[in-house]
Amino acid sequence: MKIDVAYVAELARLELTDEEKTVFQPQLENIVKYVEKISEVDVEGVEPMMHGRTLVNAFREDVVRPSLDREAALANAPERVGDEFLLPKIVEGAES
Amino acid sequence: MELFELGIKAAREGIAKGEFSSVELTQAVIDRCHAKNAEIGAYLTFDEEQALELARANPKAVPIAVKDLINVAGQPCTCASKILKGYVSPYDATVIRNMKSHGFIPAGRVNMDEFAMGSSTENSGLGVTRNPYDLSRVPGGSSGGSAAAVGGNLCIAALGTDTGGSIRQPASFCNCVGVKPSYGRVSRYGVTAFASSLDQVGPMTKSVEDAAILLGALAGHDEMDGTTPREPVPDYAAAIEGASMKGVRIGVAKEYFDVKGMDPEVKRITEEALAKCEQSGAELVEVSLPHTEYAMAVYYIIAPAEASANLARFDGVRYGHRSAESKDVFSLYTKSRAEGFGPEVKRRIIMGTYVLSSGYYDAYYGRAQKVRTLITRDFAEAFGKCDALLSPCAPTPAFKFKELQDPLTMYLNDLFTIPSALAGVCASSVPAGFTRDTKMPVGVQFICGAFEETKLLKVSKAFEEIRGTLV
Repeated sequence: MKIDVAYVAELARLELTDEEKTVFQPQLENIVKYVEKISEVDVEGVEPMMHGRTLVNAFREDVVRPSLDREAALANAPERVGDEFLLPKIVEGAES
Repeated sequence: MELFELGIKAAREGIAKGEFSSVELTQAVIDRCHAKNAEIGAYLTFDEEQALELARANPKAVPIAVKDLINVAGQPCTCASKILKGYVSPYDATVIRNMKSHGFIPAGRVNMDEFAMGSSTENSGLGVTRNPYDLSRVPGGSSGGSAAAVGGNLCIAALGTDTGGSIRQPASFCNCVGVKPSYGRVSRYGVTAFASSLDQVGPMTKSVEDAAILLGALAGHDEMDGTTPREPVPDYAAAIEGASMKGVRIGVAKEYFDVKGMDPEVKRITEEALAKCEQSGAELVEVSLPHTEYAMAVYYIIAPAEASANLARFDGVRYGHRSAESKDVFSLYTKSRAEGFGPEVKRRIIMGTYVLSSGYYDAYYGRAQKVRTLITRDFAEAFGKCDALLSPCAPTPAFKFKELQDPLTMYLNDLFTIPSALAGVCASSVPAGFTRDTKMPVGVQFICGAFEETKLLKVSKAFEEIRGTLV
């Protein structure tokens, strides 16, 4: 299977240099080729294992509890304005 | 014996007898790091003041080194990634809270492969960690800093995490005991996620007894992690007292022995371990885990898939690195991530995104989950015939820096630890011997069923006794 590294990287929101693309291409093809080994296994009628153990809903009482303090939540922000995270303009034509 | 050489049990006894205080013990570890960390590189950061302050406030507490992906309030938590440089945790992970209430304090943050992706700690974006037994060799990974700190006596004990072998393989490389608990035994709240259906925190220690004590402190239900059942935590340390090999059925799976690329010394040490178990009254039982050969492939679909989703949170918006080059939101994501992540993390994100992408999901991720069921059934069947499996922990002893250049070759180092991780069962690595030529440590792996930690620690302890002191 040919993997379109540039396209998948874009899906993953990763900018790759040309050099990275050249290095990753054969490495990822090798890995993909290796993992295709699982196509040999007969999985007819086998239930998928979605998680590390069989899970049942874990309920708890729905009570109001203090959450992370606003200042603490904002302390690691790369850029902030007041009580908000500051980001570049998202909507075209809108005032930033 | 120097204070920094002590394990948890001996340190507690010394403090209880008034021979030394928690502050003196913590100071001894700090002094040892001043002398040795430049050479070994086990720690990324060590907030000495905070550690000493905690020791003063908890006069009976024992300091524990913490892998740099576990959140401790007020300390950095970088996951050895440039993308989290400068990040300071706003809260304690549940394991840290549990540790504190059981007489332990976090002291120092140890190196790892970036986001726990790797088997040599060479993928750390922030520093080099060397094997204390031979500085030209890797400590293993991803919990390489934890293993080097324990093996080099730069701590009393350490916390590691294991997703596909990241506690057990470095423990084997650095002559320490490592326990990967059953999936769900220990809370993951506050532990930066790599692959959520596999990640577990566990102890890395100087003895099995220490591992039992520390695991007892870490384990238990946590309402912040829905995958931790309300299963009581036994007193592991009390349970393993007087453990013996008599009548223990040790499973030997041929799939773990007839392996291409296994180092002959690893084979010899593992076979000698089996012989010692038998001489001490264990019964060796042949078992088969027929889907073992597919485990690596399943893992390198499921783990990257989960990682690609988990690492989407590193987007330069709320915390972590933000590119100075970004002009709009799209380039803020793509450039921040490009500048922040190292090559192995990028490869796994791409791999994970690929196997989850439209048109490929069923063939890769969906199918891998079904094969995972078959792998888990293999273990259930084997444990109908034996109490524990014994196998090599890694196919080789610690290798040299840059020796494994190709990513796939590096992945194959986790051959023996990945199947049990996929099955969610518990496993340990216990030091078993040293190679004759290079004098490097080699551990063996014990595997028991899910939530059979008592059994696992008992057989590990019994083996440690019959193995005797290693030179």
